[in-house]
Amino acid sequence: MSSKHSKRILYGLYEDEEILLKAVKNARAEGLSIWNCLTPFPVHGLDHAMGIKDTRLHTAGFVFGATGTLTALTFMSWVNTVSYPINFGGKPNLSLPAFIPITFELTVLFASVGMVLLYLFINRLAPGMEPDILDPRTTSHLFLMGFEIDDSTSKAQIDDVRRVLQETGAVEIAEKNIEEEEDGAIRQIF
Amino acid sequence: MGHAFVSPIREPLITGRKTYKQITDDICGPVEGPPTKSWLAAISFTAVVALIGFATIGYSIMYGIGTYGLDRTVGWGWDITNFVWWVGIGHAGTLISAILLLFRQKWRTGVNRSAEAMTIFAVMCAGMFPLIHMGRIWLMFFVFPYPNSRGPLWVNFNSPLLWDVFAISTYFTVSLLFWYAGLIPDLATVRDRVTGKWQKKLYSIFSFGWRGSAKEWQRFESLSLILAGLAAPLVLSVHTIVSFDFATSVIPGWHTTIFPPYFVAGAIFSGFAMVLTLMLVARKLLKLEDYITIAHIESMNKVIVLTGSIVGVAYITELFMSWYSGSPYEGYAFRNRVSGPYWWAYWAMMTCNVISPQFFWVQSLRRNVIFTFILSIFINIGMWFERFVIIVISLHRDMLPSAWSYYVPTWVEVTIFIGTLGFFMTCFLLFVKVAPVVAVAEVKSILKTSGDQYITQSPEQVEAEINKLAQSSGHYESLIKPQYDDE
Repeated sequence: MSSKHSKRILYGLYEDEEILLKAVKNARAEGLSIWNCLTPFPVHGLDHAMGIKDTRLHTAGFVFGATGTLTALTFMSWVNTVSYPINFGGKPNLSLPAFIPITFELTVLFASVGMVLLYLFINRLAPGMEPDILDPRTTSHLFLMGFEIDDSTSKAQIDDVRRVLQETGAVEIAEKNIEEEEDGAIRQIF
Repeated sequence: MGHAFVSPIREPLITGRKTYKQITDDICGPVEGPPTKSWLAAISFTAVVALIGFATIGYSIMYGIGTYGLDRTVGWGWDITNFVWWVGIGHAGTLISAILLLFRQKWRTGVNRSAEAMTIFAVMCAGMFPLIHMGRIWLMFFVFPYPNSRGPLWVNFNSPLLWDVFAISTYFTVSLLFWYAGLIPDLATVRDRVTGKWQKKLYSIFSFGWRGSAKEWQRFESLSLILAGLAAPLVLSVHTIVSFDFATSVIPGWHTTIFPPYFVAGAIFSGFAMVLTLMLVARKLLKLEDYITIAHIESMNKVIVLTGSIVGVAYITELFMSWYSGSPYEGYAFRNRVSGPYWWAYWAMMTCNVISPQFFWVQSLRRNVIFTFILSIFINIGMWFERFVIIVISLHRDMLPSAWSYYVPTWVEVTIFIGTLGFFMTCFLLFVKVAPVVAVAEVKSILKTSGDQYITQSPEQVEAEINKLAQSSGHYESLIKPQYDDE
């Protein structure tokens, strides 16, 4: 599995999501590789501008839901026909219409619980998780675009990043070391 | 700075020319400060009411449900009435957050978080009643299908009462997940603002380590959309299944196919009334008038007039069918409702649910805060009476006239009901103190389209916007001068 790595992040803070979007597009046009963007709310089109792949969470949701459907149907059919068939007024034991409500509920339950658990896992969300925070204002009103730098990054490259940050309208530019885990296979898929 | 063009007909949903920083400050502010005296006074009162309620539940468990006013004719009284009433109230939250999300209704963002919290607390109150009503609450796990030592004995999968167990528990779980998934980014906002050591630690634990990276938000949006898609039919199914508890039996007054849509409309009706009752007070006390505007209140009142009218049509259809069906038992059940010993309950229901929401056809009343508040309480009362009417009036005169009775609740039933009101209010007060009442991130995401400073007002500005939009999209000519094909 993954382990923690120390990273040095050079980042700029923006005051508006539209400026950030332009900045992301500019930075990518200049051939820079963006480490990440941190925003206080979902910015539409940011994932595509950054070149992030679409999430496959919804596919997983379908699979979880289908599991729920099958579990409910097979279990109720088995109980009513094999394990404990009761004769209620000569009605059929395998009464599918009567199974529909519970089948529906279990489909929704499995899909929701499964998706939320997977969502928490791939986003590394759990009680006690304390990621390194670059700037506390990025959950309130500032938009961050960051670039990863290390010892191999040349002075010219760093200057290039700083120039792009400045030209695209960053109101603050700073550097900070953070610890971050690399994504394993599951997180990369979803 | 550019922004999306919004029709000037649209009313702003965020007023006061807010910036992102101000939105955070306004909504997170009340969470961070020490509790106010009025909050402490209110929660002390409601907590005492809740405790008295729980003590009475203890009494009822200790001495059995013989302490209720129920008899062999009326086996369901206040307990099941309260259960259905609370479940109904629990419908607004998920409706606002799920169905209105799918319909892309932006005003949802101002009220969804508190409405979802309300849903969860209401379903908790609802769930207590069938459990207490069992009498032997310590055997409540019998309702779940689990491998047991009683031979291959399973629950009855053909019974609507069992469907209810699955519906209510699924609804509670999904509502809770939906609510908390949305709350995580907002709790992270509070985490990054608070200064106290313990506050920081607690919000850090409850915000699960959220950072707000692009990938996190992408997954967040995908999750919200799918959960909304799942919760939308779920919310409709829950009250449908509750109505099956009645509709699949052969009691005159219960045995009707109109029940599912009628119950669902009634549930939304009462849920919105409760959201209004609470939010009109919360908005005033927490000074959220810029986020829960008159436009929000009017939108909710429109839902109330729609669902209230559906409920009214359903009542009248029931009456019509009791005559048109030609069934003497159905006919008697409804004559007894209108003019029998419980006539007052029927007419309280008709007045509160059918007549009172009709005032909302008038715009000035829809936009009047005081009037809306009073009416929302009328609707809460009316919807309680609806359940009482359906349950008690249909039961109290059965097929055997010697068994006819007049059911009156005992102090135990009344106290338990008031106790659940106290519990509900205590939970809600706790929620408004510890978490942002308005979905901070979601409100920010509609600022550019619904903030008052971004909505173009004057005709000149509108024209300039249209020109700009038309030129940028390259269809200038066709937009300004519509072209028609010659004959």
